[in-house]
Amino acid sequence: MELRFSAEDLAFQKEVRTFLKENLPAGLLDRSDRGLHPLKEDIVAWQKVLHNKGWIAPNWPVEYGGTGWSLTRKYIYDREYFLSGAPQTISFGLRMVGPVIFSFGTQEQKDTYLQDILESNTWWCQGFSEPGSGSDLASLSTRAVRDGDAYVINGQKIWTTFAHWADMMFCLVRTKSDCKPQEGISFILIDMNSPGVEVRPIVGLDLDHTLNEVFLDNVRVPVQNLIGEENKGWTYAKFLLGNERSGIARVARSQYQLAKLKQIAGVEHQGNGLLIDDASFRSQIARIEIELKALEAMELRYLSQEIAGRKLTAETSILKIRGAEIIQAIRSLTVTALGPYGLAYEPDDVFRRRNDGPIGPEHLHGAMADHLYQRAATIYGGTNEIQRNIVAKAIAG
Amino acid sequence: MDFELSQEQIMLRDSVVRFVQDHYDFAQRKALAQTVLGHSDENWKIFAEMGWLALPFAEENGGLGGQAVDVAVLTEALGSGITLEPLFSSALLGGRMVETLGSDTQKSAIIPSVLAGETKLALAYSEPNARFVLTYVETTAERSGEGFVLNGRKSVVLQAASADRIIVVARTSGGVADAKGLSAFVVDAEASGLRRQDYPTVDGQRASDLWLENTPGELLGAEGCAAPALNAVIDAATCAVCAEAVGVMQAVLDITKEYVSTRKQYGRAIGDNQVVQHRLVDMSIALEEAKAITEMTAMQLDEGVPDISAQISAMKVKVGDAARFVGGQGLQLHGGIGMTDEYPVGHYYKRLMAIEAMFGDTNHHLNHFASAI
Repeated sequence: MELRFSAEDLAFQKEVRTFLKENLPAGLLDRSDRGLHPLKEDIVAWQKVLHNKGWIAPNWPVEYGGTGWSLTRKYIYDREYFLSGAPQTISFGLRMVGPVIFSFGTQEQKDTYLQDILESNTWWCQGFSEPGSGSDLASLSTRAVRDGDAYVINGQKIWTTFAHWADMMFCLVRTKSDCKPQEGISFILIDMNSPGVEVRPIVGLDLDHTLNEVFLDNVRVPVQNLIGEENKGWTYAKFLLGNERSGIARVARSQYQLAKLKQIAGVEHQGNGLLIDDASFRSQIARIEIELKALEAMELRYLSQEIAGRKLTAETSILKIRGAEIIQAIRSLTVTALGPYGLAYEPDDVFRRRNDGPIGPEHLHGAMADHLYQRAATIYGGTNEIQRNIVAKAIAG
Repeated sequence: MDFELSQEQIMLRDSVVRFVQDHYDFAQRKALAQTVLGHSDENWKIFAEMGWLALPFAEENGGLGGQAVDVAVLTEALGSGITLEPLFSSALLGGRMVETLGSDTQKSAIIPSVLAGETKLALAYSEPNARFVLTYVETTAERSGEGFVLNGRKSVVLQAASADRIIVVARTSGGVADAKGLSAFVVDAEASGLRRQDYPTVDGQRASDLWLENTPGELLGAEGCAAPALNAVIDAATCAVCAEAVGVMQAVLDITKEYVSTRKQYGRAIGDNQVVQHRLVDMSIALEEAKAITEMTAMQLDEGVPDISAQISAMKVKVGDAARFVGGQGLQLHGGIGMTDEYPVGHYYKRLMAIEAMFGDTNHHLNHFASAI
């Protein structure tokens, strides 16, 4: 066991830290600090900066534009990235469909899509969940029927984050039904401008619009948009969801947000004192920080197992469960830190149209929105109940 | 010892339940929350006609002489509809301050029109630097001619935008943190030097920050003795809002039970999973505890038990914890659909979040209780 990084890795860490500090735009950082989603043009511009630096896709092989970093360097990069306060780059292209395309796609598909993903020219969205298929994803019923050189697709997708900004959707569709549900699913790429694609907004608890329903009505999709083999889509989806789980503990992001919470508690008055001097409030912060230390230790220990060549299974579920619970605790306590002002709430678009000053303290805006949004952290990507089922199966042997 | 409702209380509860059924289905409430006013003057008339505004006031002031237990029956039943009308700000806060502190002339000038729903009041007591400390008041009031002028800032004043008069707590003597030297004033909503910043609250209601600059105010009752009245009024309102939380949590439990019995995944209702059943059990237990301690506290308030404040804090802590748990798990068991504005459970959750931050949050009351042991 050895805790320290090598001198070369430490130099790399310094390089990453310096670059991010010098290049992260203030407006992007402010929204991220508040817990607000980045604006589309801001995050695209930022991803282009990262691409120009060569750092946009650390998890891609070098031949496709990746960095060629070791697991340790990827860990260091991710950690520094989130400790800088930067918002996560959008996953749909870079972490989800990109790896599926370079792993299972045809040469033509690689040539068509990968470079635009790296350059953030194309915005992707994820067409997996359906109204009747959440945790039980394999029960999905959107149908694709072969008709000449195209598939004709009918059905409905839901919880499609940023579909209203998307150019393309990677989608799971049913191509066969007289078999086990998992064996009749295909993975296909749909141009969002195709006739028959309709995106309807879902307004969230935060009264903001990030989620959508996507209705597919006789949408014709060329057969060359099929990934891999017909009816093998479940394999590619599982590969994709496996990739989604790296960095799932969100340790550095939580550490950053916990530091922000301490700053807020350090300026919030409580009569003659400050909130940070309130012993029981401090204890609440301390307890979360201790939970976070254990999560970080656990993540590092699992990383070391991966470096040693072991394959992780239930461990990623453990990291997801605790990571989601901890982020919720931090964002909940951040609203608590606002005191009576925790009641005040206006949606982000109203805030941005305001002519007079912001409501209450400067740090108010965004805290409740993110608290509400993070309620979904224990739901999306496999609910904590489903994650616990996975761990249960693993420890039962 | 008797936790059973009286015939009158059952009638009160049933009339509120009918009102919620008729006027507060989810779509109606959602539309109402999006209006400028944020509530309905038509509904407000019903509140007055049904005697709900008169309930907490003494008979000698034209009220129904209802006690804390009666108010709890009212607010718990209103909780199922998460109603938006300013019952708290006008009757339970502003009105009760007038009743507690006002001279006979002031009471007879103000209270009858509050009971009739013709005048709306708000109570401006909290300040940006006070957090939940009621007696930390930087706003000052000084004699000026016949009356007083007020200077300072008040924060998160519930329903100030629709109030005709605002009861403002200000300091007439002493240092900012002194319990002594607080007075209450009646300030006209149109008074000179009064500026408001209005905003919605997370639960679809309305609040405002107020800036007072040489704003004229009429002293309520005698000078310098507002603190005990403010404490008593906030204690009673805390009990009422905890009862509302009980009603809200009951609604969360009901819709969640319904949802898990109809939502199917992996070929069966998700409620068939034991982990979901146990979650519902834990939510029920939290609700039972919250209901019991709230009713107990209401009865103690009515008994006039001395040093009630620790009991109030115990109730608020227990209800605050229950609200977070029941509300949070209500969302969790709904999955994605619970995260949407289109589905009721999230609206109940947001009201529970708001209640947790009203009249002292869990941390504040835990500290207060701890200091009393």
